[in-house]
Amino acid sequence: MLFQPINRNYHDFSIVRDKDLCINCKVCVRQCSYEAHYWDETRQKVMNDNAKCVGCHRCEALCPTGAILIQKKRSDFRDNALWRPEFIKYAYKQADSGGVLLTGMGSPVNLPVYWDKLLLDASQVTNPSIDPLREPMELKTFLGCKPDKLEFSRTKDGSPKLKTKLAPQIELNYPVMFSAMSFGSINFNLHVAMARAATELGICYNTGEGGLHKSLYQYGKNTIVQVASGRFGVHRDFLNAGAAIEIKIGQGAKPGIGGHLPGEKITEMVSVTRMVPLGSDAISPAPHHDIYSIEDLHQLIFALKEASEYRVPVSVKIAAVHNVAAIASGIVRAGADIVAIDGVRGGTGAAPGMIRDNVGIPIELALASVDQRLRDEGIRNRASIVAAGGIRCSADLVKAIALGADACYIATAALLAVGCTLCGKCYTGKCPWGIATNDARLAKRQNPDVAAKKMVNLVRAWGHEFEEMLGGMGLNSIESLRGNRDKLRAVGLSDTEMDILGVKHAGR
Amino acid sequence: MTYVIIGNGVASLGAIEGIRRVDQKGKIVIVSAEDVTTYGRPLISYLLAGKIGPERLALRGPEYYEQNNVELKLGTTVTALDTAKKTVTTDKGETVAYDRLLIATGGVPFVPPIPGVKGEDIYSFTTLAHAKTLIELSAKIKRAVVIGGGLIGLKAAESLHDRGVSVTIVELAPRILSGGFDEKAGKLAGNRLKNVGIEVNCGVTAKEIQRGKNGRVKGVLLTDGRFLECDVVVVAIGVVPASSLAKEAGVKVERGIIVDDKLMTSAKDVYAAGDVAQAKDQLTGEHRVVPIWPNAYNQGFASGRNMAGAKQPYQGGLPMNSISFYGLPTVSVGMVNPPEADKNYDVIAQLDEAKETYRKLVFHEGKLVGYVLVGDIDKAGMYTAFIKFEMKLDDKAKDELVNAGPEVFLWPPELFNQTWNPEPAKAAR
Amino acid sequence: MKRVYPNKDVCIGCHICELACITAHSKSKDLILAYTVERGQNGLSSCKHVHEAGPVCVALSCRHCDEPACVAACISGALRKDPETGRTVYDREKCVGCWSCLMACPYGAIARHPLEPKIVKCDLCHDRPGGPACVAACPNQALKQEER
Repeated sequence: MLFQPINRNYHDFSIVRDKDLCINCKVCVRQCSYEAHYWDETRQKVMNDNAKCVGCHRCEALCPTGAILIQKKRSDFRDNALWRPEFIKYAYKQADSGGVLLTGMGSPVNLPVYWDKLLLDASQVTNPSIDPLREPMELKTFLGCKPDKLEFSRTKDGSPKLKTKLAPQIELNYPVMFSAMSFGSINFNLHVAMARAATELGICYNTGEGGLHKSLYQYGKNTIVQVASGRFGVHRDFLNAGAAIEIKIGQGAKPGIGGHLPGEKITEMVSVTRMVPLGSDAISPAPHHDIYSIEDLHQLIFALKEASEYRVPVSVKIAAVHNVAAIASGIVRAGADIVAIDGVRGGTGAAPGMIRDNVGIPIELALASVDQRLRDEGIRNRASIVAAGGIRCSADLVKAIALGADACYIATAALLAVGCTLCGKCYTGKCPWGIATNDARLAKRQNPDVAAKKMVNLVRAWGHEFEEMLGGMGLNSIESLRGNRDKLRAVGLSDTEMDILGVKHAGR
Repeated sequence: MTYVIIGNGVASLGAIEGIRRVDQKGKIVIVSAEDVTTYGRPLISYLLAGKIGPERLALRGPEYYEQNNVELKLGTTVTALDTAKKTVTTDKGETVAYDRLLIATGGVPFVPPIPGVKGEDIYSFTTLAHAKTLIELSAKIKRAVVIGGGLIGLKAAESLHDRGVSVTIVELAPRILSGGFDEKAGKLAGNRLKNVGIEVNCGVTAKEIQRGKNGRVKGVLLTDGRFLECDVVVVAIGVVPASSLAKEAGVKVERGIIVDDKLMTSAKDVYAAGDVAQAKDQLTGEHRVVPIWPNAYNQGFASGRNMAGAKQPYQGGLPMNSISFYGLPTVSVGMVNPPEADKNYDVIAQLDEAKETYRKLVFHEGKLVGYVLVGDIDKAGMYTAFIKFEMKLDDKAKDELVNAGPEVFLWPPELFNQTWNPEPAKAAR
Repeated sequence: MKRVYPNKDVCIGCHICELACITAHSKSKDLILAYTVERGQNGLSSCKHVHEAGPVCVALSCRHCDEPACVAACISGALRKDPETGRTVYDREKCVGCWSCLMACPYGAIARHPLEPKIVKCDLCHDRPGGPACVAACPNQALKQEER
């Protein structure tokens, strides 16, 4: 308040406290990790410093009398379509700090959301709908390399027997998985929750680039272990612990650079699991320093397959960038069983704001172009496509499958399920919801039992809705939806956009 | 199965509750010289002081004995015990057979052989009858001398004072409450008494009780030569175990009736509990008479369980007292006055005379073995835990206990988990 | 018998259990009145106590022990065991405020009433529909009422 740098008074939120409801019980003081609420000993009441409020809503959520409202602060700058308030504040901040602006969670900028411009078909008369409560619906999905053809032989009694040896697959009960969120960027309790939820649902979760804690090896059948450019936590047991190995080349939130875990967030357990020292930032290098060409990637993929004795599929995760289709084609030809594409809206625990908001392309366009290119080249069967980066609901999931994805990764949605309010301050390590922190006092706020249940509820709910929409289209198997652009129609998109998406305009 | 219990103090109540945990059917017979059902003996000072009425004395409700299938023979004294025939004989001429016997006859007030102590106007203060007598008297007398500055004496003094009698206390030791408190705690309590006008004389005792020509008490001559005029003398030096019945029956008696860790005496199927028993003291491991209310109940309970066949060893008693003096609460638990010369004891004390608070902690070989709290007693129970569960404290934990106070997080993790959040099958009771 | 078991690994130290406790034991059954009026006027206080030491915390209350130290210590019979429900029952009328139970209970479950010579101790919310208020109110499911 007083004696602060000038720009600190242009804060973003204000805490509105209803005097009739506030009983000065101090729950908000205890819950706020940014010290925006404090107990005033002289006045004997709870006071607040709006400058410190980050809009996380923890106090509002826990206030037992509902006395608190978090609102966008009303001191407005003069309207300016170019110099919108956030750009004004960026300049102030950098003038003070001389540093890179860090931020958390996915990009909030006003780029087009193609999910909102695509609409789904439904059956009416000629091709009747299917009732998912009456008929079985097949949502089961296998991720991995599918053979070019199937060869059969006959057994002694004349019945057919499969001769072709199938490549290893991941079996999913739902076409959705929990995306990579490293232990360190998020709470260990949430890794426990995701592991349990994935096991209960029959899907997978991704370790992210923070390694895998020994106590979670028991959930290995539902774990995808990630090898990122920093090779954090990567050792032989780690590689053998999961149902798949993912090489992370890039991430949708920050294409072109590596992961970032600020030193404040590194606890003893994080340090041991990630194999990094306490206190210093763990920054992954931009490239893998042993992958400088597609041939190098080919070599690494097969090195991993050899090391794991070809037991598990190898996935490669890339950010959606300009020539994503060509890149994906190269990756498939390099032997990847799964290509994971992360769009510009993807989340992060810490990334430079300029990169998060300005680098990368939307997943909808990337997905459609990759799927089409692989089909055109006749190699679509050689790898499954997993789409990520801002899948918000079951409808987005259905549309993604229709655009060509085999499955989707969700991360932001999973965190919302356990309470996240998208305040974007993950990099501080003070997340009062206990999500993006391992601080002893805060991490307890995520009860793994409760979190696992919520994640299971979310995916099950999406599954039911998926079945309803699928049945509504007259389909009873996800196979019939995959890549079936004809089930989509566009509204308000340009010819180019519709061409890339491979979707006709509504009405046609 | 017939259980016979001699005495109906709190030990016998504990025994009823202990027996009924295991055996709901067996007959229980209580033979008691007093003619009322079990009452809270410490409440007699509240009664004498006028703070409560007689309707609040009973420890359990009127239907309690019926509900628990207990036959009461009140106003009846047991005159003989035959451990071979397993019978007791009463002064009403009855012979009662038992399968299990509990001797819970309690203590009798100790009256020292002071010249002049025999005769009228000398009273004790350990039973309801004593309290009723003093209540009646308090309307007629002006001054009383209380010999004994221990718990009973101070409570008698306070109660008489509240009834309008002028009281002087005489205590042999250099301070009042010499048993459970030390000099500093004693002083804080003593101040409160002085403030209301109760005179306290320490380091002296009664040399002679002087009587007039009519035989009535005129006053007390002290060992330092002073003479205290008074109308009555209350002797409150202590109690001794009422063990004559057991002794005559051939049961082993030292200071009190010796019992093993199942509360059984040297005679088979004969148990003893309460102020009459010499049972295991948890801190020293020795067998002692520790006439403290919770110990009496717990011994009664344990003996009841064992009589009914549960075979449960008695953990041992702890000396403990919680008493308030004109609004100043005090708590004392365990060993609070360790031998000064013994370097194995670490004593840490903090006194604040202005705030009237005092805390004393006694450690021995890394464990808390005793504490005294005056004024600020809210965390008393939490200190008790460290003594009762004999928790070993490393230097860091001990420091925290001393500086930040007792906390459950200083408990050994297994004990903490077992107590508060056990695995379902291993829940502690 | 079903007891309330606290899990210190997920207790977030919010003290909402204490607020729920006083509301359940208040006359008004309204948190605002209970906290701002009844606490001061009548000495209404919580039977649930949050213990904290650094980042660790846990909410404790009477364990309704099978062999309660408080019942053994009570000089007036105000505390006794109810053989039917298994609860340790407190009769306020009989209590004389001697604090023997507070001294004897090694679990710190007993507190002095702020205004009168009486104690405050958990009664397992036996007359509250839905059971213990603290269990229902805990935002992180750190309190569980179960048979163990």
